[in-house]
Amino acid sequence: MRYILKRIVTLIVTLILVSGITFLAFNVLPGDPALVMLGTDASPQKIVALRQELGLNESLPKRYVSWIENFVKGDLGKSIRFAEPVKDLVTKRIPVTFSLTIMSLLIIFIVAIPLGIFTAKKEGTVIDTVITVVCQINMAIPSFFLGIILMILFGVILKFFSPGRYVDYNQDFIGFLKYMIMPAIAIALPNISIVVKFLRASVIQQMKQDYVRTAYSKGNSENKILYRHILKNSLITIITLMGMIISEILGVSIIIEQLFGVPGIGSILIMAISTRDFPLTQDLVIYFAFIVVFINFLVDILYQVIDPRIRIR
Amino acid sequence: MKKHINWNLVVGLILTAFILVLMIIGFFYTPFDPNKMSVLEKFQSPNLRHLLGTDNFGRDILSRIITGTKTTLFVGTSTVVFGVFFGVLFGAIAGYTGGWIDELIMRMNDALTAFPGILLALVLVTVLGQGKYQIILALGIIFIPSYSRITRSGFLQVKELEFAKSAKVFGASPFRIMFVHILPNIYPALLSAITIGFSNAILAEASMSFLGFGVQPPDPSWGRMLSESQSYLFNAPWYAIAPGIIIIITVLGFNFISEGLRRKFG
Amino acid sequence: MSDTMLSVVNLSIGIESTNEINNAVNGISFNIKSGKILGLVGESGCGKSLTALALAGLLPTSVSINSGSIIFDGVELRGISKKEMRKLQGKEISMVFQEPMTSLNPLMTIGNQVAEGLRIHYKMKEREVKDKVLDVLKKVGLPRVKELYISYPHQLSGGMRQRVMIAIAIICRPKLIIADEPTTALDVTIQAQILKLLKDINREYKTTILFISHDLGVINQICDNVAVMYAGNIIEEGTTRNIFIHPIHQYTKGLIGSIPSREKKGKVLANIPGKVPPITEKKFGCGFAPRCEKSQEKCFVEYPNCVELSPNHKVWCYEAKIGSEMDDVII
Repeated sequence: MRYILKRIVTLIVTLILVSGITFLAFNVLPGDPALVMLGTDASPQKIVALRQELGLNESLPKRYVSWIENFVKGDLGKSIRFAEPVKDLVTKRIPVTFSLTIMSLLIIFIVAIPLGIFTAKKEGTVIDTVITVVCQINMAIPSFFLGIILMILFGVILKFFSPGRYVDYNQDFIGFLKYMIMPAIAIALPNISIVVKFLRASVIQQMKQDYVRTAYSKGNSENKILYRHILKNSLITIITLMGMIISEILGVSIIIEQLFGVPGIGSILIMAISTRDFPLTQDLVIYFAFIVVFINFLVDILYQVIDPRIRIR
Repeated sequence: MKKHINWNLVVGLILTAFILVLMIIGFFYTPFDPNKMSVLEKFQSPNLRHLLGTDNFGRDILSRIITGTKTTLFVGTSTVVFGVFFGVLFGAIAGYTGGWIDELIMRMNDALTAFPGILLALVLVTVLGQGKYQIILALGIIFIPSYSRITRSGFLQVKELEFAKSAKVFGASPFRIMFVHILPNIYPALLSAITIGFSNAILAEASMSFLGFGVQPPDPSWGRMLSESQSYLFNAPWYAIAPGIIIIITVLGFNFISEGLRRKFG
Repeated sequence: MSDTMLSVVNLSIGIESTNEINNAVNGISFNIKSGKILGLVGESGCGKSLTALALAGLLPTSVSINSGSIIFDGVELRGISKKEMRKLQGKEISMVFQEPMTSLNPLMTIGNQVAEGLRIHYKMKEREVKDKVLDVLKKVGLPRVKELYISYPHQLSGGMRQRVMIAIAIICRPKLIIADEPTTALDVTIQAQILKLLKDINREYKTTILFISHDLGVINQICDNVAVMYAGNIIEEGTTRNIFIHPIHQYTKGLIGSIPSREKKGKVLANIPGKVPPITEKKFGCGFAPRCEKSQEKCFVEYPNCVELSPNHKVWCYEAKIGSEMDDVII
């Protein structure tokens, strides 16, 4: 219990830090945000009006507090470029990004875990070397290039799917899923290699442990030992990795969304940045940061569940 | 005793050497002017004159790639140098001083790592504007945590060892302790991290340029070539393949070197 | 159950190391009669642990049996398929290891680890399995077995963990238990308890035990018979009484002479000069010859044949003659 409480405190502190830094970044660094947003040749009246609208004339701490208040209440203000309130823009898109992330994660684990264990089992053989090299190459391919290749391969040559023709999940759920598979694979592939690499190392190390020998002495087969005994111990390594991987997936999804024309939070972030829409960008960045911090928090808690040695503390 | 060849290192060095040669050639000669546009020669697929074909402006892709090598390597190197400099600095301070300064630096490290790198780069780009140097700053900051962590652990390890304590008693200056005692301990891990840092920097720069936020025209950049090629995927796929392959080769080269170093030093 | 539970004939075990195969165990032979406890004693590096692993079918991939045979309850173990061996492991032959701290899976409950043997070898209802596990935990002297069932290894002391290891070893009522230095990592007081536990198991279930140790004092307490190993060979074998009261081989004499005891108080403790030769050194003749004060030329050329001083006392030494057990009586 104490452990969880401690973690929650850290979570809140990190969130405050992150929001504070983001706020500073957008409101202090560029000098006068209104000026930057409108450009140098905007009329002074427009600038004053914008400053008024954004509440820029108030003191910094006051602005920060009111921003947080509004954020928590769900009022994210209005975007400058779009007429709609930010909130509406965003809520439509969250499920899209979320699905993409979940799909990628599923693909990663379904493929990487058996593959990692298999490679560890075959340590030293030709198959092991081949898989390791393939993974090395895989990690060197930028996700978006992978996306492009997948587009060429499946979109042009094999004509499995048509890039750009995104399907709304409200209208056709199956079609939505079918469209999302390509981007999910593009995100998943490099991460599969990373997980395989780490899992393989961890399993190989576990195989040398004494408790594995005890397990053999009971008459267990190799596969039973790998999946029943070793995997549990190796999972701990993977969970550490997971925090980092999710962070990376969220980052990469921004680019992939752009590439495949998926209307998620990532693509709107890009749009916001290109149009220098500070309030929108600010809020989206915070969304992202919050998700990442929260997921890391969950990963920490997961540690507790899996490893009984930490539990008692 | 069988001589054990470190294949990772060998392959990595060969690939990286190839890229370096490309860059050096680029200083003196490119088959065509990388920026010369020619409406007549638009969209040529790879042929004897244009070994990698031409793009939508009729520019020779091979020349653009060779020139792009300079830019990419410059950004990559600067990013790593920036990250290593500040990373080692902060790590050394944290490891040497300990106490609340150490705690503070470590917490900031953690906060930084938790953040997706691309997001941070985007934030900095929004606020500071687009371009080569902003990218270097943004990416450099992202790389600081890993180097500071390695340096700090090196410091912590050695701090406790007897000979460091006795060196201090003898009046050795902190600098001397750092360079003579600590550096030899951490340089394998640091070297490995630096080479991975190179490949990450190149991937990150390519990503940013792909989004349009990185290196600006007329500087050719592999990442931007990839983004430009997107619209022409159907009629000119080679336009996308060339920069993609060269990125893969470069990153692979550094990755193999890093893996080779890791195996060599255990 | 045959009269001789385990018969090892001319067993040689080799270790692969960069293009060479070195024999860590050089053609040893011994028998254990059903229900008896045989102690295998020797210094580190003499090959006793490898012998244990070979018998249990747990040799690592770089180590293999080069020649000889292992006959367990009438069945030849050498050459059987892995699948066949797995049927025996845990059920007919089980092993107790030296390090209780690392020999248990840290992420699995005690209950599940003890139950595993049952689940692998028998089809039982979960209720039955749990009952049997609780029974065996009580049998090995552990308290609060219901709590223990859901506890994890890190919550137990070394002595308790070793008891759990023994519980794992006996739950399927094996015919043979191989105990590899089971008490070496434990405190002396706990040691005595574990030894008593093993003796009780032997008495009650008539389980044959192969007990491996470098500690003669421990061997003396529990074993019916003793085989002494040196550098991959068995150099002397017999009942515990015979070996301890009139050891014949110079090495055995040295070992016994170096046991601290009250009678030797104040005197210089004997020790054997020299050290065990490394595995990589090729051996000709008796491995102990370089350190032996009674060595002759032929000791360095060919390994001595077995001299059977009595049905209960064999020695492999040129010095030994029938009747010589009357000399050199050491108490």
